[in-house]
Amino acid sequence: MSIFEYAPALESRSLVDLRPSYGLFVDGEFTEGTGTPLKTVNPATEEVLSEVATGSDADVDRAVRAARRAFVKTWGPMRPADRGKYLFRIARLLQERAREFAVLETLDNGKPIRESRDVDVPLAAAHFFYHAGWADKLEHAGLGAAPRPLGVAGQVIPWNFPLMMLAWKVAPALATGNTVVLKPAETTPLTALLFAEICQQADLPPGVVNIVTGAGETGRAVVSHPDVDKVAFTGSTEVGRSIARTVAGTHKRLTLELGGKAANIVFDDAPVDQAVEGIVRGIFFNQGHVCCAGSRLLVQESVHDEVVAALQRRIGTLRVGDPLDKNTDLGAINSAPQLERIRELVAAGDAEGAQRWQPEGDLPARGYWFKPTVFTGVSSAHRIARDEVFGPVLSVLTFRTPDEAVAKANNSTYGLSAGVWSEKGSRILSITSKLRAGVVWANTFNEFDPTSPFGGYKQSGYGREGGRQGLAAYLKGDA
Amino acid sequence: MSDRLTVRKTYKLYVNGAFPRSESGRTYEVTDARGHFLANAAWASRKDARDAVVAARSAFAKWSAATAYNRGQVLYRVAEVLEGRAAQFAEEVAAGEGLSGSKARAEVDAAIDRWVWYAGWTDKLAAVLGSSNPVAGPYFGFSMPEPTGVVAVLAPQRSSLLGLVSVLAPVLAGGNTAVVVSSKGRPLPAITLGEVLATSDVPGGVVNLLTGDAAEIGPWLAEHADVDAIDLAGTAGPLAMELERSAAGTVKRVLRAPAEEPDWSSDPGLSRLRPFLETKSVWHPMGV
Repeated sequence: MSIFEYAPALESRSLVDLRPSYGLFVDGEFTEGTGTPLKTVNPATEEVLSEVATGSDADVDRAVRAARRAFVKTWGPMRPADRGKYLFRIARLLQERAREFAVLETLDNGKPIRESRDVDVPLAAAHFFYHAGWADKLEHAGLGAAPRPLGVAGQVIPWNFPLMMLAWKVAPALATGNTVVLKPAETTPLTALLFAEICQQADLPPGVVNIVTGAGETGRAVVSHPDVDKVAFTGSTEVGRSIARTVAGTHKRLTLELGGKAANIVFDDAPVDQAVEGIVRGIFFNQGHVCCAGSRLLVQESVHDEVVAALQRRIGTLRVGDPLDKNTDLGAINSAPQLERIRELVAAGDAEGAQRWQPEGDLPARGYWFKPTVFTGVSSAHRIARDEVFGPVLSVLTFRTPDEAVAKANNSTYGLSAGVWSEKGSRILSITSKLRAGVVWANTFNEFDPTSPFGGYKQSGYGREGGRQGLAAYLKGDA
Repeated sequence: MSDRLTVRKTYKLYVNGAFPRSESGRTYEVTDARGHFLANAAWASRKDARDAVVAARSAFAKWSAATAYNRGQVLYRVAEVLEGRAAQFAEEVAAGEGLSGSKARAEVDAAIDRWVWYAGWTDKLAAVLGSSNPVAGPYFGFSMPEPTGVVAVLAPQRSSLLGLVSVLAPVLAGGNTAVVVSSKGRPLPAITLGEVLATSDVPGGVVNLLTGDAAEIGPWLAEHADVDAIDLAGTAGPLAMELERSAAGTVKRVLRAPAEEPDWSSDPGLSRLRPFLETKSVWHPMGV
């Protein structure tokens, strides 16, 4: 424990008006789902927040038909500039209700309010703003003179960034003239349902956005529906593979944003304090529930001890606890099964002989928690260096030469992101160009922006989200 | 009329810059459009495909790191050598596809022009597909296209040269290396193209040409963990679906087969370049 304790600085829940139960959002209205409802809990307290409807095959079919009608009758024929104006409206409404969204996101997901308030919600709004401006400029996007929308997009998103992932999926789909059926994750459906209210406030034509809550079965129904033209998925590589199999041989276009095992490479000339901040941000941001988390730290051997000592000092100051406290750095693990997966992989790290380090301090008695964890003495063959943990667990490996750093970094079936820390510009440019990863952060980590395309190499998936390049996923071009 | 007995050509595979026979020792008869014997072509096996993937993987580092200008020069050189051997290609295309001499020659000309088109793309892709990203913060951000890696190409079945060039050249222009399974019934121009590639500065292993049956070799390529993408141009129906399904196991990039073999003479745009390129986005803080 540190010398000075902080007084609690709790964000108020009063803005959030939780209903005891939520339905699906289909054709502009909230309706009952015909599946067995599920309960969504606050992972920090295990308190049941609300009951949420589950979409059955019939519900998904209804949603897809609504989306098709909207595509044919309203959204498709609409003047592109007007489509853009709807997106601008949505962006503004998200900003107006930003605090409400941030609190709800934190309650449902367990992430610190500091992050939902400063990252998730502002970025979600930014994605709508960015894509709003594209709606009437698509002929300038480099996809041929007259790119056309694909039709109905079926989108399945994960629980780590519920609102942000919604924005990454919905904004480009709508800007390019498609309509959507979106399935949020079963453990974090609430901000998507609040977003449905935003669609109503924006007077978005019915059927343009449909939200069908549920678990894997509902997702499968969305992905395999024959009248869906485009499937976009963010989540695990395992599920991604099965979706690719489902979509094989159909006309459906597919983009996948899957797992990662990012190397964060620290050279001996890196500024240690900055690098340590970047390492912390790389692996402990959002409890490590980040597909592009910098979970493999590659440190040049000569500075290993210095970096690890500084890192442990810094981690000792991280505050783990109530996500609604504005001083909290690490919130709750999103669900009991995820906590179980993290524990299993950490046990594998112990069993395979890596040295585990965790800071002092207690965790809250209720809820799902895991301490920030650092493994040293890790080799490339260890499971903790190969498998995605999706939790606050860092593996530290060493290297001697730049070539060895590149070889180790690229020694992964994943290729989503990477980090490089060095003061030498020519080295930064050389290493970033050799890394087989879709996003490379140099002397920074976990930066996101709607103008910057995001997505993976290798088994981290295909397609990009954001930027001009991201539009290709939702358009039929002549080029 | 000369009574000289012609020297017939033995057609082999083109793997890693060399012309091996199939390790399986198998060959199959290639006939012309009217069913007359033309040659025995090597019937590539699974092992040949694996050797080709190894060759393509080892060639990738250098080919992908070559400057765009250099890649363009090498590809343009291929067009030069193709031009010089146009007559031979016209003869093979005419025999295989049953075209008149002038129509076959037009196909060959179109194939050469197609190759030139792609040679000119190498140093324009970054400007057209890349971007400078005006992120909302003090960062310098840019995105650039990079090759996906080793691409398996199942070449079109009907158009034995123009179709082949139309699917191979974009893969190379983007900096990828290729393992190609030629048209089964009309494989001869593919191997002659191998001879052109071997004599035109394309490093060994960058292109590997297998003659044989896509239905037999395709599944191995679709599953292979060291193949990053697959172009299903020469497949159709259940086979195409099966290959796409197996490609899912390694999250391979798949360029689906068209509903029917397209008219290869139409302008390809970027449609065959884009699928075999990744976008890498790089961030760096800006400050003093």
